[in-house]
Amino acid sequence: MQPGTPPDPASFTCPAPLRDRPQIVMGHGGGGALSRDLIEHIFLPAFGNPVLDRLGDSAVLDPTGRDLAPRLAEGGRLAFATDSYVVRPLVFPGGSIGELAVNGTVTDLAMSGAEPLWLSAAFILEEGLAIADLAGIVARMAAAATRAGVTIVTGDTKVVERSRGDGLTITTAGIGVVPPGIDLGPQRVRPGDAVIVSGTIADHGMAIMSVREGLEFEAAITSDTAPLHGLVAALLAACPGARMLRDPTRGGVAASLHEIAVAAKLGVEIDERAIPVSPVVASACEILGLDPLQVANEGKLLAVVPADAVEAVLDVMRAHEHGRQATLLGRIVAGHPGVVAMRTALGGSRVVPLPIGEQLPRIC
Amino acid sequence: MKHLAEYRDADTARRLAAEIGRIATRPWAIMEVCGGQTHSIIRHGIDQLLPPEVELIHGPGCPVCVTPLETIDKALAIARRPDTILCSFGDMLRVPGSREDLFAVKAAGGDVRVVYSPLDAVKLARAMPDREVVFLAIGFETTAPANALAVKLAAREGLRNFSALVSHVLVPPAIRAIMSSPDNRVNAFLAAGHVCSVMGTWQYPPLAHEFGVPIVVTGFEPLDLLEGIRRTVVQLEAGRHELENAYPRVVSERGNEAAQAVIAEVFAPVDRAWRGIGVIPASGWRLADAYAAFDAERRFDLGGITAVESPLCKSGEVLKGLLKPGQCPAFGKECTPRTPLGATMVSSEGACAAYYNAGRT
Repeated sequence: MQPGTPPDPASFTCPAPLRDRPQIVMGHGGGGALSRDLIEHIFLPAFGNPVLDRLGDSAVLDPTGRDLAPRLAEGGRLAFATDSYVVRPLVFPGGSIGELAVNGTVTDLAMSGAEPLWLSAAFILEEGLAIADLAGIVARMAAAATRAGVTIVTGDTKVVERSRGDGLTITTAGIGVVPPGIDLGPQRVRPGDAVIVSGTIADHGMAIMSVREGLEFEAAITSDTAPLHGLVAALLAACPGARMLRDPTRGGVAASLHEIAVAAKLGVEIDERAIPVSPVVASACEILGLDPLQVANEGKLLAVVPADAVEAVLDVMRAHEHGRQATLLGRIVAGHPGVVAMRTALGGSRVVPLPIGEQLPRIC
Repeated sequence: MKHLAEYRDADTARRLAAEIGRIATRPWAIMEVCGGQTHSIIRHGIDQLLPPEVELIHGPGCPVCVTPLETIDKALAIARRPDTILCSFGDMLRVPGSREDLFAVKAAGGDVRVVYSPLDAVKLARAMPDREVVFLAIGFETTAPANALAVKLAAREGLRNFSALVSHVLVPPAIRAIMSSPDNRVNAFLAAGHVCSVMGTWQYPPLAHEFGVPIVVTGFEPLDLLEGIRRTVVQLEAGRHELENAYPRVVSERGNEAAQAVIAEVFAPVDRAWRGIGVIPASGWRLADAYAAFDAERRFDLGGITAVESPLCKSGEVLKGLLKPGQCPAFGKECTPRTPLGATMVSSEGACAAYYNAGRT
């Protein structure tokens, strides 16, 4: 895979034939020749790099690489994050579990201001998974890692019996470096601060739901999966005093705003008219009776910044490919600590509830 | 969405609200019948725009809320059976039965699936002939045509493994029951636009006349609701009590006659228990005798199931408009959307959940 080449599962070719198995069998997890086949024909061709290629039980990381040592010497700190990825279907409009597994952990690191450096990747494969499908997803994952500038340095594979896995689940962990002087966290949030969202919300959740349920809308809804460390770096360069960042994944913007309100022990007030939702996603949510604020995102962030930095932050975010539709969503208030309130478009007000669990489509 | 935006215009909304304020000279209690209207009122904060004279009472029109506990317990019993798939609309999954909800049965191994259309349940029955597929057919007149069509389709295809647990409810008998209640305080109704899109408006003029109550057929967007309220207040102030259609872009007098024909063929009227309210005569539909073979209550032995509701739950009084949700002693304490005692706390259309989620008391 050349860096920057878009993933194309159909064009994937193995350098040498797998042992005539079109599907994952239990033996691929047995540690023997079949396991070796997977590593040599699927994982190394896609992810290969000097650290991974040693195939040690652990990756040994050189702190002189990527200027880690000097940055740590100047007061930089390490960030470490992990996340597991389960999604059905494995490939969906706008991405696949492969992009999610890279972008999700990269973005988790970015939420503490870190530049992501290294990832681990652990795969749980279900017996019967088509090896071509696995290869396609691994190729997408490799392309996502290249795009995000991270190296996959260690990994693992297990196989579970048919019907005991969800096709494929991936766990990634990542290490990144937080530049000297950057310190994000709820303890820094103050009343009067602004809350910014980096673009349209609910795209990922509605993309998944529309393919899963076979719902067709006037335009295809595509997932917003994206690595956000570049956007974060631009934001922090323009506003080193940014207070905190959150990526509103499961539970949507509503859950993340609650996290901010609870962690900062302050209130959040948002303006309904400011919530950016694309027309097709808004229609889909209306049809299904879902609140876009509660639907998952995979390529958006919420930023709390000082009020006087709003324009500068919006300018740099809008100049970045992942922040074109960045919008001022609301502000932090001293009243109602822990509560998220919304000014409705009609001028009323209501509390934005914390989602309970799954989103349930309303009956009518 | 551009079609929705025109019914959400804030300036027009404020103008309508101001006009209602100018017209209203006395206190009026107006009940919006449908849970979808309640949801919209709270979501947009419409009641906060109204003058103090106009009080909105949230009616019993959330089908999830009024489905009797006994029906939920029967659905749970069906879902626990081996080789059986229970198909349901999404928001029924969290409705508490006597001991647990469908989520709990699903976690314990029951096959419970969310469908968006009853026809998906028929499709499932076709694809899995060795499994019993049961559709939980609830709702008002709005969901009835598709539910009836699903049964009719299963009959035409001779699907022996499809059945429906039917607990349909009807709006006009509920209006009659509310107006006949000795403690009634409702002065006027906003009738449910989607129900009337199916059934037409012809059932309502006799009710308006008999009880001297204005009934205005109303849609669900902010401007629809405000216009419905405005017309209701105009009638009340003038001492009139007529049926008015404030939702003509969707509702006609005769309604959808093809849908009514399917309903009449597949369903038959029945006395129905409404959760929290009690039995209302001829207020529901069951499967007609010709379709008895598709009745899940007959197919499975569910006869022994009866249920007793929590004595703490005042959802009956809430549904009749006698209590605001926050006036129930259990509201926000024993009863929250995570631990609902009654169904009004479950669906986002339920008055209690709508209040709780919006931070109202």
